[in-house]
Amino acid sequence: MIRVQNLTKYYGERLAVNNISFNIDKGEIVGLLGPNAAGKTTTMRILTGFLMPTKGDAFIADHNMATDSLEGRRHIGYMPESIPLYTDMKVRDYLEFFGRIRGLDANQTHTRIDEVVQTCHLEEYIDVIIGKLSRGFRQRVGIAQAIIHNPDVLILDEPTIGIDPIQVAQTRNLIKELGKEHTVLISTHILPEVSIICERVIIIHRGKIVAEDNIENLSAVLRGSRRIRVEVKGPADRISIALRRIPGVRRVMREGDFFIVESPAEVDPRAKINETMVKSGWTLLSAESVEMSLEEIFLQLTTKEDEEEPHQ
Amino acid sequence: MRNIILIASKELRSYLTSPMAYIVVCIFLLLSGLFFVLYLTNTSFNDTSIQGFIDPLSVFGVQAGGNILLLLFAVVLTMRTLAEEKKLGTLELLLTSPVRDSDVVLGKFLGSMGILTIMLILTFLYPLLLVILGDPDMGPIWTSYLGLFLLGTTALSVGIFASSLTANQIVAAVVSGAILFALWVIGIVAGNVPEGLQEVLNYMSISYHSVGFETGVIDTRDVIYYLSLTVLFLYFSIRSLEASRWS
Repeated sequence: MIRVQNLTKYYGERLAVNNISFNIDKGEIVGLLGPNAAGKTTTMRILTGFLMPTKGDAFIADHNMATDSLEGRRHIGYMPESIPLYTDMKVRDYLEFFGRIRGLDANQTHTRIDEVVQTCHLEEYIDVIIGKLSRGFRQRVGIAQAIIHNPDVLILDEPTIGIDPIQVAQTRNLIKELGKEHTVLISTHILPEVSIICERVIIIHRGKIVAEDNIENLSAVLRGSRRIRVEVKGPADRISIALRRIPGVRRVMREGDFFIVESPAEVDPRAKINETMVKSGWTLLSAESVEMSLEEIFLQLTTKEDEEEPHQ
Repeated sequence: MRNIILIASKELRSYLTSPMAYIVVCIFLLLSGLFFVLYLTNTSFNDTSIQGFIDPLSVFGVQAGGNILLLLFAVVLTMRTLAEEKKLGTLELLLTSPVRDSDVVLGKFLGSMGILTIMLILTFLYPLLLVILGDPDMGPIWTSYLGLFLLGTTALSVGIFASSLTANQIVAAVVSGAILFALWVIGIVAGNVPEGLQEVLNYMSISYHSVGFETGVIDTRDVIYYLSLTVLFLYFSIRSLEASRWS
């Protein structure tokens, strides 16, 4: 349903998204997790056709969002992080406008307004001017606007930011409910949130995907592991097997000419790696910890909100 | 077309629910009424003249052509069209909905044109007074209205273009004011330059092209001038929205 291939976005000189690729199947709820300024919003803006990528492609329901954006946009419901609203409009008029503009006729729009108002618990506020609503209710109007035309794909940018804990819980439940009928991509910088809502998570940092897995696997990884990038001259297959036999090594992955050796955080297998390679007569060119380890990202993701950089 | 009408009617409704449009229209009517009275009392009573509000400067003996009040009105009315959508972030929702960028611009344009039309209809009071009190020649009055309408739509398209450049309404107003003033003032400057250049400047100026309408002449060159300028600035606005996707 969502397909991203080698997506790269520069803002002038600044690299915001660096060659990322991922797929999201129909019916999945996927979280885009990353600290502020990781490239989450940029990725979503490209997926919704609001921004053009510098390189690479983004597809929604097999429509390329750069060349066939108008068709692709019919399939998406989008709530930007800032929750844009016409503050001088009543909730009903606002929903009606976006229902009509996304292709519903007058009758369909009225039926759908009744439905989404129920889904988002806005019954009592339907005739209130949006400017008078509190942040929590504005956010519900934002979600109602995104689902008014019953889109296949829902893209929600930081849907639980800035609202009180009870509302956060309600919103998470709502998104889970919506996930039964829609393909959902949400972005968040709160780690526990993805484990509550999502089936799968894509961790993005400094514009690159650093991990992509389902929740169980990822939390095992996040519980503590060390990654070492090893460069060895010799027969790749045999090296891989040898590395795997080293005590403490959990997994060995290939990344181009390198091997990524994963081990528990408390074990440093570098000395053993060196020993093994020398014994087998292969030349160890380098063995270094991978620059941004998942634990560091994890730490960043779990820092409290007030310690974060002020803007994205 | 459906989307253009949807956006235009939303735009018109938001004009009518905010005090801004009422204030602007009231001030326009008040000032043009004042100029109308001044013109009629300061000059010998000319039974065909609505020039007093068509061309307020004529009260002061300046035959400049082009209604600066109307230009000012267009600046204030259009400064929020796209700038506010940018500031609220709602442009992001519009541009990710299945509507063309041109639908957004044309919808905004039609919406503001609605207010312009309402305002011009409200000024019918002045020629009505002339009809009641005298026996005016209706020809120049109708052509004057056509001229005002064309001048107004041109100014609106310039205003929408300026509004597409920024998220700040004040900046939008200053930019469109500057463009319109420049287009207006070259018609004045034209009086003081050599003849060859004079024609060029006159041809480019929005004031020069309104003189014909005020005197009862519909010159196709004037009509085409205003229409092409309108289309040009609407096209610029669409391109400016498109360009924002490539930032």
